[in-house]
Amino acid sequence: MSLTVRTVARWLKGPILLFGIYMVLYGHITPGGGFGGGVVIALAFILITIVSGESASLHLFSKGVSSRLDSVGLLIFLALGWLGTWWASGYFFNNFIATPETAQFTLLSGGIMPMENIALGLKVASALFLVFTVLTAFQIVEQEAGEPADTEDQHQGDKP
Amino acid sequence: MNIDVQTLIPMFVALPLGMSLLIQLVARRRHVLGELLAIIAMLLLTLMSCYAIGHKGIYHLGGWPTPIGIDMRLDDLAILLLLVINVVGLAVALYSVDYMRRFTASSHFYGLFLLMVTGMNGVVLAGDLFNLYVFLEVAAIASYSLVAFGCAHEELEASFKYIVLGSLSSALILIGVALVYGITGTLNMAHIASRIAQTGMDAPLLLAFGLFIAGFSFKSALVPFHAWLPDAHPSAPAPVSAMLSGVLIKAIGIYVLARLAFNVFGVTESELSLLRWLGLLSMVVGGFLAAGQKDIKRLFAYSSISQVGFMVLGLGLGSPLGIVGALYHLVNHSMFKSLLFLNAGAVEYATGTRDLNKLGGLNQKLPITGATSLIGSMSIAGVPPFSGFWSKLIIVLACIEGGFYGFGVAAVLVSIVTLAYQLKVQRMAFFASLPEALKGLRREPPMMALAMILLAAGCIALSFAVLTGLRDPWLIGAAQQVLTMGVFK
Amino acid sequence: MIYSLCLLLILVGLYGVVVSRHTLKIVVSLLIMNHGVHLLLLLVGYRQGGSPPIVDPGSVISEFASGAVDPLPQAMVLTAIVIGLGVLALMVALCVRLYERYGTFDVTEIRRLRG
Repeated sequence: MSLTVRTVARWLKGPILLFGIYMVLYGHITPGGGFGGGVVIALAFILITIVSGESASLHLFSKGVSSRLDSVGLLIFLALGWLGTWWASGYFFNNFIATPETAQFTLLSGGIMPMENIALGLKVASALFLVFTVLTAFQIVEQEAGEPADTEDQHQGDKP
Repeated sequence: MNIDVQTLIPMFVALPLGMSLLIQLVARRRHVLGELLAIIAMLLLTLMSCYAIGHKGIYHLGGWPTPIGIDMRLDDLAILLLLVINVVGLAVALYSVDYMRRFTASSHFYGLFLLMVTGMNGVVLAGDLFNLYVFLEVAAIASYSLVAFGCAHEELEASFKYIVLGSLSSALILIGVALVYGITGTLNMAHIASRIAQTGMDAPLLLAFGLFIAGFSFKSALVPFHAWLPDAHPSAPAPVSAMLSGVLIKAIGIYVLARLAFNVFGVTESELSLLRWLGLLSMVVGGFLAAGQKDIKRLFAYSSISQVGFMVLGLGLGSPLGIVGALYHLVNHSMFKSLLFLNAGAVEYATGTRDLNKLGGLNQKLPITGATSLIGSMSIAGVPPFSGFWSKLIIVLACIEGGFYGFGVAAVLVSIVTLAYQLKVQRMAFFASLPEALKGLRREPPMMALAMILLAAGCIALSFAVLTGLRDPWLIGAAQQVLTMGVFK
Repeated sequence: MIYSLCLLLILVGLYGVVVSRHTLKIVVSLLIMNHGVHLLLLLVGYRQGGSPPIVDPGSVISEFASGAVDPLPQAMVLTAIVIGLGVLALMVALCVRLYERYGTFDVTEIRRLRG
């Protein structure tokens, strides 16, 4: 990649990540939320992969870490639903943190929704980054003709 | 111990989902932990399904009341299908402990398996159309990955064909959902039912219903839409084939067709005759194509198409006796088709081949497989004291009661063809003399034997179920009343 | 009029799936078909001259509800897009593995299963 592209990417990856986090955190007030914000966060890391090569982004976020963050994100989502069962009037996904009338439309409103947005954003970001990395890592293996693969697991029966 | 229905209903979806994630998190290297967690999850689900018999209820997600929020409904038809899904799932989970030892990524297998169970439980419990679509997609994506699990040549090709046709059918279903939402203004199935009862079925709703029938006929492999099944079910690993053929095509195919036709859209004569003709076509084409197969699992896959035709024929008759026959055949077929696929998997595990010409005399070497396979084959062929005979008899009697003599005769003929190819499998694989190449086989491993014995015991227990009175409001009778009353309580 | 354009997109995607011989072209055609379906779903909720369905701190709920575009199809389309993304990732991975096993992208040559 040319010098212009690398420099601009280096400047932009911070604001993109910040914008993604903003979308996730304000998801209960403005459009966005877990899905959209998670995609933008993943895009920041994918930008690093495209511009500086795969080892740069895997240095930040290895495949094992993203895979674990993936599962942990959704487990936090389910755990928040479980807490609703135990703490207040007993049903799943009960929004047990009430919002006072004065605090509407501010950041700390909406009960458990911001926490669920964060968990979703974590899951979507790590899942998308993992999908992109695994698919492109496989492409690199294909170009090294005849060499045994070392950048991705080649177990019989491993799902890509 | 009294669990409130409000807590019970979401647990059917949350428990396998949470266990699936937990397995993928902690059981990456420690395979035994993954197997243990999967079996515990399926045991808990089976116990919860048994507890749910007789309970009915509605769960509002997040407390939002019905017109605004998402519901999950537990009624008698849902209870019947939940029992079927979770009991067969338990047997398959036990079986796959030994079968999946050959694969190194078995934690991924259990994670995907529990995700598929999550999707199926969600489809059965869903109370509105879009939730149904989402859980349908969850189960379908898990099944696409499971079919391709071994990454051998045929598995990948079969999975590609399956995923292209599956995505097409899901797109058709989504267009149907869009049309129904545009016309009735709500997604909740009970509200749609009451709106349609008031305004009647005009042309756009007929188009939406046609799209739903096309989409869900793909999922349940009725005949013009069956092209993926004879490739996908044989190529998948044996426990996956048992789940797909035994439960998936029924939970996301037949169940949704019955729910939409009877409860949501209101049943008319033209819809019923469409279901009858689809059923007849599937029965005949599946039966005759099965008779000529040499591959044991491909034969069972075509046989699944044929038996699904029986069920849709029973549904299409519309009378209470026909629906009882269809539901009883659904439960029976889950039991014995899963058992037959697990047997075929045990045969392949021991001998390494699925070709009927190369097998023979396996009753001496694999006694438990042979005995349970005999029970399964006699059940599916409709030999008198076994369960398949009773369910097919009820469907034929319902045909004659409704005046459809041609359909009844066709059903009897297809039963004879079924008996013919099942006897062919039994003779060529189990009763003939043992060829030289197969002299040194070991017996089947203990967990696989346990799973097969469990399902065979289920088949025999179902044969006695007809003595309890199938029209009484317990299980099958109650499920039938949900459909014939046409009311979504 | 605009609904027929959505239908045209769906038919173009369907034509692509039926006619293509390259596995990745089948995947892209399925993607186009999904786009058409999502557009159709989104347009069901449109209202002529409606405002975006975001509640501001000073708005009155009743006139907001009668003047805003329906937000439920938007939520449905978001979910459907994410599902489509999952299926797309799986299909592309299958195409890559198929190339590794069979050595070709041509669908007419990947035909070991028949009968």
